[in-house]
Amino acid sequence: MAFGEKVVQKDVSFTVANGSVFAIIGGSGCGKSTLLKHMVGLGAPSAGHILYGDQDLNALGDKDRNRLLRRFGVLFQASALWSSMTVADNIALPLELYSSCSPQAIADIVVFKLSLVGLEGCGALMPSELSGGMRKRAGLARALALDPEILFLDEPSAGLDPVSSRNLDELIVQLRECLGATIVIVTHELASIFTIVDDCVFLDSVAGGVIAHGNPGQLRDHSENAIVRAFLNRGEFDGTNLRASPS
Amino acid sequence: MLKPIRPESGKATTGPHISVEDGPEGLILRLKGDWRDGAGLPDSAFVENLLHKAGPNALILVSGREITGWSSILPAFLSALRAECAALNLRLRLEHFPEGVHALLKLSSCRAAARPVTPERKQPLMAINSWLVRPWRAGVNIAGAVGEVVLGLFAAFQTSGKMRGRDFRRQLLEVGVQALAIVSLVSFLVGAILGFVGLVQLEMFGVSIYVADLVGIAMVREMAAIMTAIIIAGRTGAAFAANLAAMQANEEIDALKTLAVSPVEHLIVPRVIALILMMPVLYIYACAVGIIGGMVIAITSSDITVLAYLDETRQAVAAKQFIIGGMKSVVFGALVGIVGCYTGLRAGRSAAEVSRAATSAVVSCIVGVIALDAIFALCANALKV
Repeated sequence: MAFGEKVVQKDVSFTVANGSVFAIIGGSGCGKSTLLKHMVGLGAPSAGHILYGDQDLNALGDKDRNRLLRRFGVLFQASALWSSMTVADNIALPLELYSSCSPQAIADIVVFKLSLVGLEGCGALMPSELSGGMRKRAGLARALALDPEILFLDEPSAGLDPVSSRNLDELIVQLRECLGATIVIVTHELASIFTIVDDCVFLDSVAGGVIAHGNPGQLRDHSENAIVRAFLNRGEFDGTNLRASPS
Repeated sequence: MLKPIRPESGKATTGPHISVEDGPEGLILRLKGDWRDGAGLPDSAFVENLLHKAGPNALILVSGREITGWSSILPAFLSALRAECAALNLRLRLEHFPEGVHALLKLSSCRAAARPVTPERKQPLMAINSWLVRPWRAGVNIAGAVGEVVLGLFAAFQTSGKMRGRDFRRQLLEVGVQALAIVSLVSFLVGAILGFVGLVQLEMFGVSIYVADLVGIAMVREMAAIMTAIIIAGRTGAAFAANLAAMQANEEIDALKTLAVSPVEHLIVPRVIALILMMPVLYIYACAVGIIGGMVIAITSSDITVLAYLDETRQAVAAKQFIIGGMKSVVFGALVGIVGCYTGLRAGRSAAEVSRAATSAVVSCIVGVIALDAIFALCANALKV
């Protein structure tokens, strides 16, 4: 991945298992969100491929690429709700565009999706009338609108209190179980990482690539990399000097 | 668990449909077909009618045995059905549905019970009230904003160190120098149009030279001030509103307040002062360019010479015309600055509010400029100037 001439991450190679919760973790500024944006087609890697099954996201024609993108649901870091629309319209828009449902059926689905994230009755509110936690949940409801196969969540717990954060974690796990979706999550929250994540990659800005890959619990206890152990142990470490992570 | 079947995995063989039978205690609804495709979904009015006919406390048995595929459409339908049954005091039993559907319905019901927040519904009388009260409140708010700016101006002069010179110079540059090109173009064309129209009429009476009087007086007394104000309203007023609304959305204004910096003194006063100072300059410039525009038409379309045109203009345009036009430009500048900044500062905290603020600022400024110009005309007429 590169911005112009500047290479941010190189030799990034990993596989996400179907139906798993997969996390991209690492220090601030290491390129986690950039990697996620590449995975959802908002950026193209300067070299290499992003494969979904046998489909290369960046080599597909427009029609196939759009069909593939419709299998994704994305929750952005700041929710990215369309501020000129009500919460209900935010969720209804993808359904109106890509489903053959009647307006009544779409309204029922919107109410249902909102009830899944605990926002029943909030459909008529504007995004600016929602609290931070409610915005996250509304963003999640929009991401779920088309029953995505893969749900991408960019720091879903950022800015939430511990209780809301835990509730959101529970919701993500329940949705995964109910919908059978694969979840790719970018997060700093250690509690979330150890609670819901099956597999993860650890990105490092200095190494410029993936420095660890595996189950977070195992990486915390057995990783050979001191930085990974320190990160996953919240900085409590066994004595090896650590360099500061740029932020 | 039967997971939702994705649209890519295959076309629906048969769309969703329902068969209805009488049951021992009420109705039996058999859901059939592929519930991935919303086309052909049973009409909600049809289902409501059925439920109404079932009678109170009847048992609605819903069977999903013959469903061949499903997506969120199915649990959404069942969730709506559940709500309808609860409202009509009917008992609902779901049988033979995939485990995932039950799990989603359970998740939906437990989350929904958490804390529903309902939006504020406006009653008709309240809507009328707000329709009547809103313009009054807007007027009061603008008057308040004018007061705040005046107080801010005093404060800025008393503590001159608070207004950063660098910010102020940047405002002068943006408001004045960067507007020269568009002011030149518009003023030249307005002068040329006045000259052309005037020349055609005056030539019929053999007094073509009076085109200089017409262009000179029209530009100096009215057109230069009003056209400059409209250009500045569209260009600078909208920019002020959009800029401050974006700052509001990004909490930048809150950040100023937490540092005990008054947004009025820090953001509005430099902008309004810059406009008040630059508008007369732009006005004089627009007068000159407009007169040149009229002159170009006059000398190319008739036998009037440059010297004769300029001499006629000098005789026609009195100093009082400049004073009236100059006063207008100052007032228009203050109006555009205050309304633009006020609209931006009062905007909501979302991206949509930025465009709304910009639109509102431009419309308010242009209407305000024309209304003030009419007041100026009445006052000038009353004072016989």
